[in-house]
Order: sequence, then C-alpha cells, then structure tokens
Amino acid sequence: MTAMEKIKDPEKEKRKIKSDKKMRAIMAAYYMEAKTPKEITGKKIAWITSGGPVEPLHVMDVIPIYPENYGAMIGASKMGVELCEKSEQMGYSSDLCSYARADIACATVNGGPIGGLPAPDMLICCNNICGTVLKWYEVQARYFNVPLFILDTPICHTEFNPDMKRYVTAQIKEYITLLEKICGKPFDYDRMKEVGRLSVQGQKLWQEILDTTMNRPAPMTCFDAFFHLAMIVTLRGTQIAVDYYESLLQEMKDRIAQGIGMLPEEKYRLVWDNIPVWYRLRWLSDKFAANSACLVADTYTSGWCGTMKYLDENDFLGSLAEMYTRIFLNTGTDIMADNIIKMVEKYEADGVVFHSNRSCKPYSLGQYDIQRLIKEKVGIPTLMIEADMTDERSFSESQVETRIDAFIEMLR
Amino acid sequence: MLTAGIDVGSISAKAAIIQDKRLLGVRVILTGYNAQNAGRQVFDLVLSELGLTASGIDRIVATGYGRNSIQFADKAITEITCHAAGGIFLNPAIRSIIDIGGQDSKAIVIDENGKVQNFSMNDKCAAGTGRFLEVMARALEVDLDAFGELSLRADNTASISSLCTVFAESEVISLISKGAKRENIIAGIHASIASRIMAMGARIGITPPVMMTGGVAKNIGVVKALEKKLNTPIIVSEYAQVNGAIGAALIASTM
Repeated sequence: MTAMEKIKDPEKEKRKIKSDKKMRAIMAAYYMEAKTPKEITGKKIAWITSGGPVEPLHVMDVIPIYPENYGAMIGASKMGVELCEKSEQMGYSSDLCSYARADIACATVNGGPIGGLPAPDMLICCNNICGTVLKWYEVQARYFNVPLFILDTPICHTEFNPDMKRYVTAQIKEYITLLEKICGKPFDYDRMKEVGRLSVQGQKLWQEILDTTMNRPAPMTCFDAFFHLAMIVTLRGTQIAVDYYESLLQEMKDRIAQGIGMLPEEKYRLVWDNIPVWYRLRWLSDKFAANSACLVADTYTSGWCGTMKYLDENDFLGSLAEMYTRIFLNTGTDIMADNIIKMVEKYEADGVVFHSNRSCKPYSLGQYDIQRLIKEKVGIPTLMIEADMTDERSFSESQVETRIDAFIEMLR
Repeated sequence: MLTAGIDVGSISAKAAIIQDKRLLGVRVILTGYNAQNAGRQVFDLVLSELGLTASGIDRIVATGYGRNSIQFADKAITEITCHAAGGIFLNPAIRSIIDIGGQDSKAIVIDENGKVQNFSMNDKCAAGTGRFLEVMARALEVDLDAFGELSLRADNTASISSLCTVFAESEVISLISKGAKRENIIAGIHASIASRIMAMGARIGITPPVMMTGGVAKNIGVVKALEKKLNTPIIVSEYAQVNGAIGAALIASTM
C-alpha cells in the first residue's frame, strides 16, 4: 500500500461512529473477565438465552454469557458453516437453528471466536424467544453436567392475563431460590432494586438511541444498532451499560445537531425485520447504502426495550413476569404486524425488508401474513429475502441482489 | 431514438432493438460459460441482422442475472422491472406477469403504467424453473421442445409431490419404472410447476389478465396447467422469451 492510499477519506471518517472503539473495549473486558479463572474473579458463570431475565444474575454477581450473542460473533466471523457442519457430523439436523448448531459444536472444540466461551456453572433458559432453546439447553446441561433452570413463558397471542402473571412470577421465585443455592448466599433484595433501576435506565437510553433515527438524515442505521446492541443484551442492569449508552446517545445527538447522517444521501427509509444476516452485514449495508436506502429501524434491536412499558421501576421483581412474557417474539402475528406498522409510521418508512430466516421459525413464520397486513393497512412495498442468520450455505447472493435491486426500482 | 435491451439469463441470452416504441428485431442464443461474451455476441448478432452498428444505438440497458457483467450497457435494471415494462408494451391490458426462466420464477403485479406493485420469487431451489424441466426431460429421454405437446395427450396426471429437483427426478424415475405413461408423467411435472407458481402468485395477489413470459412460456403444457390452477386464461406473446430484453430496450428509451 502506498502512502497516498493510506490517507483516510474525510467524508467517510466524519460518518463513522466514534463510540465504536469504546464499545469494543467494554465488550473485550467483559469477555476477558468471564474467561478469567473463577478462583481469581470469584464469580460463577451462567449461560442465558437472549430473552432471559438477566437482572437477578447481576444481583448475585454471576457473569451472564449469551450463546446467542456468541452465535452472532460466529456468524460475523464467518465460522458458522464450519461449526454447523461439525454439529451435523455429531448427528444434529441441518434444519435445526444455526445458533444452536454452532453453539453445540463450538462447546466441543477448542476454538471459535475469542477461543470459545467459558464453561457454565448453570444454564438459564427462557422460552419466550423460541422452543428450540429448551432442547438446546438440555443438550448443554448434559454436556457440562450443570443445573438447568427453565422459565416457561406462555405465548401472548393477544393478551397477558393475571394467571400468566402468577404462573411466571412463581417461577421467578424458584429462579431466585436456585440462584441462592448455587451461589451459597442469600438473594440481596435491596441490590435487586438498584439493578432493576439500572436495567430500566439502560432500556430507556437504548430506546432513545434507536429513536434518534426519526431524524432526517438518520445519524445511524440498523446495521449500527446491530453492533451497539450487544451491551443492552449482555450488560443490562449494570452501570457500565448505562454509562456507555449515555455517551452513545450524546454522540447521536451531536451528529443530529451537525447534520451528520450515516448515509451520504438518504432517499428511502426502510424497516428491517428479523435477526441480521451476520456474515453479510457489510455487503447488505453497502448494497442498501449504494441505493441511498437507509434502514432506520428494526424489530430485532428494539426487542430489548420494547416491553419496558410493562416494567414497574418500584416493583421490578413483581413486574418482571409481564416484561419478559410480552416480548415481540412471544406474541401473535397480529400483534407483531401492529408493532411493525407502528414502526413504519413512527420512523416514516417507505418500505419494509423481511429476512425470512431459515433458522428462526418463530420470527419467520408469520412474515407473509405481516407483509399482507402492511400492504392493506399502510400500502407500502415490502421485500422478502431468504437467508439464515449464521449458516452461509442458505444465502444466494445473486438471488438476494436481484430482489433488493427490484425492490429499489419499485420504490423509485 | 434507437435503444437496445440485453437480457443475459442463466440458460439463454436475449437482445432486442427498439426504435420509437417500435420493435425492430430480437435474437436469442445460449448463454454458455461466459455471460459477458454471450451478451456481446447476441447484441452483435441482432445488430448485423438489422444492418445496424453499435455506434448507432443511443442507449443500452442490461438485465437478467448477468446484467452487471455487461460493461458496455448504460445501466443495469432487474428482469422484474423489465418484464413489467415489456409485458405492458406487448399487451397494455395485463395486470400480472408470471415469468419462468432458467434459474428462477417470478410472479409480478403491475399497474396500468407497467410499474411493479409487488413481486415474489422462488426461493433458492430450482423446482419450478426451466432448469427443472431440463432435468426432467433428460430423465424421460424426451426433447424439451416436445414436452408441451406430449403433456396435452395425457389421460391421467401423475402426482409429483417433491419440491426438490433432485428428489422430484427420483420420483419421476420411480414412476417410469412403475410403467407410468410418459405423457402422464410430463403432465404431472407441469402440474407441480403450476402449483408452486400459484402459491407464489397468490401470496402477492396476482390479478387477471395474466401474461406469461420467459422461455418456459413456449411450453404449452405449463401454460395449460397454469390456466387450470389459476382458473383464468393466460396470455402468451410470441415474444415471451425476449420480453425481458424488450422491456430493457423500452426502459433505455425513457432514460
């Protein structure tokens, strides 16, 4: 490379989100601590599903580790195919979720991103995101020979009723009892209040950050949200997440004040549905950007603040059941469609991009109906892309490219 | 103004020349190994047939899966938009298009101006495409061009249920070994394509009049099977296979 080529494009530099570095450092420190021997940190490790109640773990000084977040890392570092194939050799079906396949395979090899996850002392599985996690976590509980706690959240097709609340709240109590037993210390209810307050604060900040894209031009896109999301997932309920999101929100506000958009030109505003295609983030982001199409919102990253309204800051444990049971993926198709339509209106979107994700059945099942409902109710065009979040074998570039190009031609 | 449309598909490459909304000529060749060469070759062929030269062409639009490899085109537009433009030009009454090409099939809903309102495409698998028919023709040892006529002579439609081309081929082979009539098997293949297309079309609400485009439109058996499934007559232009190239040339004239 010549000296000339090394000079960075000031236009591009201006658009870069400066907080990225800080985010990477915090996440590196988080994984570093998790991978430090327990004799030094004195902390136990819990593997937890992405929609699981993490706050009680922070109260007990347990480090939460998210195999799904790790699945995203596996996808983004393009290790998905290798690990999925490994799990298929172990006897798992290729129709199984690619996060599950990659995680199950990765546990048995000495490798993967960051050299693999630290072994768990317990597994916390909440089925509010899907049914696959039940079997996936049972497999891991047998493999690591550690206790497994299952939090069963009934599906809220349209409503959440007092019976559901009693049912889930009773399990939260069992969850706390189990934590006390594993950690060998009583649960600190005063600390729970503090962690609960920080969780609410973090979620509020995350929602505010996502809402900065209501501005034209949007200071960030959903591709940036996919990256900055990691902290509200893993460190929800900590001061670290609150501090980080405060600074990220400030950066977004500064960008708005200076008129800095993520795209040089923003002609179309779109909403994304489903988990990202992790191994094609850059390609997709460039593809949309080249067409001046800005993905201003998505149903995925808003999943970690979408049910905040059901939380009572002063009765965190009491309202936990409702918040965790009513999350987007645990509702019926009508509610999901309403949610997306509200997003379209709020962010003034011109279209919706659906990722029909071969791995994620609960996320993808109702998409054709949602497409139809959007057409009927708001009359904007929608696009369906068939792929998989981690398994690259389910991605066809020319197919996806033609669909995106034709969709943009439709918007013109 | 003279414009050209070049449609490089997975099986064949097509070119069309338009002058002031008048179709001057079309040409089809096999794409073969090199998409870029095929685009250049079919363009040169149609030009020489018309006694024209490339320098006389005002604008060129490329389409089809090889659209981005045609360096000499002024612009690349997807086949979805081009088939819509070509279809409304060939028959202004149509509101929906079913395009079945070599590697994919599409259902397109258009407005009275030929603007795309909605579309759906087959997923990654080849079932319900021209390539699917080629595989079946080989298994049945029948020339693909005879497929349409043969299927009209069926006295019973064989059942082909698999969605996967490879599995469907083994289904066909097992039907052959059971002594099923060739005509009936072919009719079954066409019915299975029609079922897939109907599902795709229903999803986006295709409305008559429906036109069928793409190379597979030349197969009368598929057209009849679709008419039966959709319960509506299907319009097939003599230019069905080159409709994408015609649409591309038309778009080039409005740029």
